[in-house]
Amino acid sequence: MAVLSQKKPTTVFEKLNDETWRRKFLRNVVIPWIFIAPLLLIHIYVVAIPAVQGVYMSLTDWKGVGMNVNYVGLENYRELFFEDETFGKALGNNVAWMIFFLTVPFIMALFCATQLAQVKRGGMLYRSILFIPYVLASVVTTTIWKNLLNPQKGIGAAMDNILGLENTFGVAYLGRPESALMSIAFIDNWHFWGFLMILFLAAMQSIPPVLYDAAKIDGANRWQEFRHVTLPGIRPILVFMFMMVAIWSFLAFDYIFLLTQGGPGGASEVIATQLYKNAFFRFQAGYGAAQGVVISIFAGFIILIFVTVKRRGWDI
Amino acid sequence: MTAIGKVSLRDTVLQRGHSRERSRLLVFNHTVLLLLTAFAVIPLLVLAFNSVKTNFEIGQNPLGPPVNIVSENFPNAWERGNFATTMGNSIIYVVATIAAELVFGGLAAYALARKKPPGSDLLMLYFLVASTIPLWMYIVPLFVQINALKRIGIDARFLLIMVYVAGSAPLTIFLLRSYMIDLPTELEDAARVDGANEFQVLTRIVLPLTKPGFLTVGLVVGLGVWNEFLLALTFIHDPNQFPVTTSFYKFVDRFDRDWALTSAGAIIIIFPVMVLFLALQRQFIEGLAEGGIKT
Repeated sequence: MAVLSQKKPTTVFEKLNDETWRRKFLRNVVIPWIFIAPLLLIHIYVVAIPAVQGVYMSLTDWKGVGMNVNYVGLENYRELFFEDETFGKALGNNVAWMIFFLTVPFIMALFCATQLAQVKRGGMLYRSILFIPYVLASVVTTTIWKNLLNPQKGIGAAMDNILGLENTFGVAYLGRPESALMSIAFIDNWHFWGFLMILFLAAMQSIPPVLYDAAKIDGANRWQEFRHVTLPGIRPILVFMFMMVAIWSFLAFDYIFLLTQGGPGGASEVIATQLYKNAFFRFQAGYGAAQGVVISIFAGFIILIFVTVKRRGWDI
Repeated sequence: MTAIGKVSLRDTVLQRGHSRERSRLLVFNHTVLLLLTAFAVIPLLVLAFNSVKTNFEIGQNPLGPPVNIVSENFPNAWERGNFATTMGNSIIYVVATIAAELVFGGLAAYALARKKPPGSDLLMLYFLVASTIPLWMYIVPLFVQINALKRIGIDARFLLIMVYVAGSAPLTIFLLRSYMIDLPTELEDAARVDGANEFQVLTRIVLPLTKPGFLTVGLVVGLGVWNEFLLALTFIHDPNQFPVTTSFYKFVDRFDRDWALTSAGAIIIIFPVMVLFLALQRQFIEGLAEGGIKT
């Protein structure tokens, strides 16, 4: 009988009249959501709403100013992929950028982390110094390297001087179409690779030393040790960073904008620099928005590949 | 038992007397590491050298150490680069973003880690998906939105801070939530028994115990804002509101040939970061590694 008199409130009306239920509701639902609300609302306002608007904007011919907005369907996308040759060039540059960043920094970082993992004395010092370029602002890094790559006063000129040559190494690496993009990638990588190295090093240091001892007893040489103990040991972070770097390659902007603005003659143009110019300098907001959607689709596609491969249970 | 087994195994391996091979390996290790260290440091050294040379000396000796050290580049750059204003702006951006991020992020992470109100899973999914949306997807409409707010008189600096806070929200939530979930609940329960309310539990118990998490988020977010270029370039157009990065970008453009001046300006920008980095190396490196993975 006592149980019956304390029966839990079931209808909404009963619940609202029940003091303890109300207090519980307040403590477990209302207050937590009040805690969550500020950050969530800011995020929805800054990211979610504009992202949806971006998709709609990409289907219009809006210039970015004025009231004249016409729905044009997929016209912007058709133009991007079938008419705009500069877009094809930019996309190609993004792919070249991706190939560079999926190889050079990974090789440097893996090689360096392997050496660093074996060093006991001075390890922390190396780690800190090698990480310094990563904490520098892009505006500073690009200023340093613009000077260092100066054809008259930079490293190239100094090498020519030492070797008694003229204008062999001292050329405008950033000003020539054939070398501009890769020079920017080199500079960005100077800043970036130490970060990758730190991630790999941390993963390597968590590999149990017994595994290395076992490999030594089995007579493994250093390459076999790396191939069969180190690489499998750091595989999760290695694969994850492959995905992240592939995505970042389609978002690249800062270093290119700061060093060449996409020049000379579009030689170092990528989708993001084009988008920026279209939307903010050339009054083609709709077209720029379409490029933003395309970038996002590429990024989503890369994530999809990795998720599917993982789902399939491939051993990566 | 296993520990002892491990040690003795290691010892037997080491006792096999590869000591000469080991030392040869170490020489190789250090050679590689020193070369890479030089690659990282020399460009910075050249920058530091040039910041204390005259332009005349840079013309003759653009890469080597200075023959005559001069210090006037720094006050010159400070003055002409308008650093008094822009440094102040950058400090405002950094401090306000960190503060808002930690307060709002701490509250949200606490609610998600401990109270798990209905809808939490959906919210985590939202932030997970949102963290993969590139800035390029929404920068154009966001620009329109922000401009509309600027036109009705809202301070552009406030709006930029809001954009920064939103940008690092997913990272903050994931990081702080994982720190809080790892915390045993007994202390919080004890505090509640003693009559503490939710807010007190958060500020008196959870906060002090998850300080490392907050420090990590603060460092990652703060460094990101100090170095941030693209958003500041897009949303701040009044030179008096420029952070150091966009202001320096215009400064380098204007004094393109004046390497002494721009080098000194660059040193001014990286100085606060370097001081903080040297003081908090471990937290910086581990925090950025953690933050980089979670984004």
